[in-house]
Amino acid sequence: MSANLAALIWEATLQTLYMVAVSGLIGTAIGLPLGVFLATSKRGELMSAPLANRILGLIVNAMRSIPFIILVVAIIPFTRAIAGTSIGTTAAIVPLTLAAAPFIARIVETAIRDVDGGLIEAARAMGANPGQIIRKVLLPEALPGIVLGLTLAMVSLIGYSAMVGAVGGEGLGDLGIRYGYQRFMPGVMLVVVVVLIVLVQAVQSTGEWIARRLDHRAAKDRGP
Amino acid sequence: MSQMSPVPQAAPAIAFRDVVKTWPHRGGAVAALDHVDLQVPRGGITGVIGRSGAGKSTLLRLVNGLERASSGQVEVLGRDVTAASGRGLRDLRRNVGMIFQHFNLLANRTVRGNVALPLEIAGTPRGRIGPRVDELIDLVGLGPLADRYPAQLSGGQKQRVGIARALATEPKVLLSDEATSALDPETTTSVLALLRNINRELGLTILLITHEMAVVRDICQHVAVIEAGKIVESGSTYDIFAAPTHEVTRSFLSGVTGAALPGFIARRIVPEGAGPAILRITFAGDSAAEPVLSRIGSQLGVDASILSGAIEEIDGRPFGNLTVEVPAADLSRVRDFLHARQLGTEVLGHVG
Ligand SMILES: Nc1ncnc2c1ncn2[C@@H]1O[C@H](COP(=O)(O)OP(=O)(O)OP(=O)(O)O)[C@@H](O)[C@H]1O
Ligand SMILES: [Mg+2]
Repeated sequence: MSANLAALIWEATLQTLYMVAVSGLIGTAIGLPLGVFLATSKRGELMSAPLANRILGLIVNAMRSIPFIILVVAIIPFTRAIAGTSIGTTAAIVPLTLAAAPFIARIVETAIRDVDGGLIEAARAMGANPGQIIRKVLLPEALPGIVLGLTLAMVSLIGYSAMVGAVGGEGLGDLGIRYGYQRFMPGVMLVVVVVLIVLVQAVQSTGEWIARRLDHRAAKDRGP
Repeated sequence: MSQMSPVPQAAPAIAFRDVVKTWPHRGGAVAALDHVDLQVPRGGITGVIGRSGAGKSTLLRLVNGLERASSGQVEVLGRDVTAASGRGLRDLRRNVGMIFQHFNLLANRTVRGNVALPLEIAGTPRGRIGPRVDELIDLVGLGPLADRYPAQLSGGQKQRVGIARALATEPKVLLSDEATSALDPETTTSVLALLRNINRELGLTILLITHEMAVVRDICQHVAVIEAGKIVESGSTYDIFAAPTHEVTRSFLSGVTGAALPGFIARRIVPEGAGPAILRITFAGDSAAEPVLSRIGSQLGVDASILSGAIEEIDGRPFGNLTVEVPAADLSRVRDFLHARQLGTEVLGHVG
């Protein structure tokens, strides 16, 4: 493989990482509060707002049912309004974020719903207000689950980011298609796939390692 | 009752006044609490005992407003919980600690972190939290384990963390929802001893619910028996043990006092009949029964045979309990004889 190709692959890797990191970050910034709200706003819950819960739940489900490649194309005007352009790597962040946020919201919701209701009860009995219960009980107790969920979201984003070549987004997927498929250079395709495998493995192992460090539910550190 | 006592009683720590709690059920409503009146004296340990589903937890949760009464009033430390909400209710809750059957500790906080939580919630300045937490951890005897996580503790140790946490904001009242039900008998004893110490040393009022009469016997000065949402009997533990009036109370008692009958008798017992009577004799002190029994023989010429018996301590006083079999014809003479000597009796039935 020529030095030229190596540079191309390196650049594509950085582009992929850039898209995944930025959309993952913004997606979390939107998905985390949304997930907290979904997990605590059904009737009789901490921040009971059943109507808002229903509406947001429907929107999240709708977003999640749209196949990603259709989402990318369908929101081109919206992307242009936000990113100033509808073409390119930065523009690709918009659909990636839009796909990540509802996914992350559901993940956060599930992790929070997994927290034992007895803890909420104990916190209420201490005189905690809803904000304190969320900050001091629900989020810290759900954190290992949230981290695992975010790991899953990042892995999905790496996969999705391979499709944004359709709107001129670059990165590993795009490189693989252009060189490996269109120019028939199976070697490039192979390298791209290997790099993607390594990326996914690294994200997955790091996420699992962090979650394990945060999770004290099992008596693992007391020896065998 | 209290209006009639000559000395005015101190205001109770907790008072339930005609409390009703209903839950919606299949379009209608079921009453979990049915016109409950109960006073919990200050500085004492009061037990509420009842079967599963009797309404114990519901009763307890009304005290700190985790549940709302459908009607009636719940007063805690002179404040009406039923009228409190929002901030007022949260302030009130800081004066009422609570411990739970399943401990409800945060898995991702250490012992120290768990005990600090109520202080953080109350907005205690950071610098004051640390020393207070250490003090509490010492109080419950967990000093060396302060940096462990709950998963690294035994059940009894977890409940000690729960107790330390409940005491953090210096409440005047402690609520205990089956706090020892998940523990083995030995651990139960040590946790109960801790609760009694706290009650004595801090002058804390404790209201605990349980389905075990042994818990009541070991630490409660007062007891109320709840059945299907109604308080069917209440009074001093000693009096209730000596003279239970309700069927449910008797069945709870039979498990812990010497009143449990040997199986071969229990299977043959009938409420009425001409067979020998089964008589339960209760007595204060530890010496009264034996001589009386032998005198029944010598003075009345009646042969009373002992079926079971035990002497135990209730609320710090010795309490004896003896079950004997007496010929039916002699029953009333024997009872008169015993009553004349200040002994309590109760006919459990006849051997059929
Ligand atoms: N949230 C609820 N919704 C509907 N019914 C309830 C609710 N909580 C309790 N009940 C009902 O109220 C009654 C009393 O329940 P409670 O939990 O107070 O009983 P308990 O005496 O504490 O029982 P246990 O010993 O099993 O804990 C039961 O019939 C129960 O089914
Ligand atoms: Mg209960």
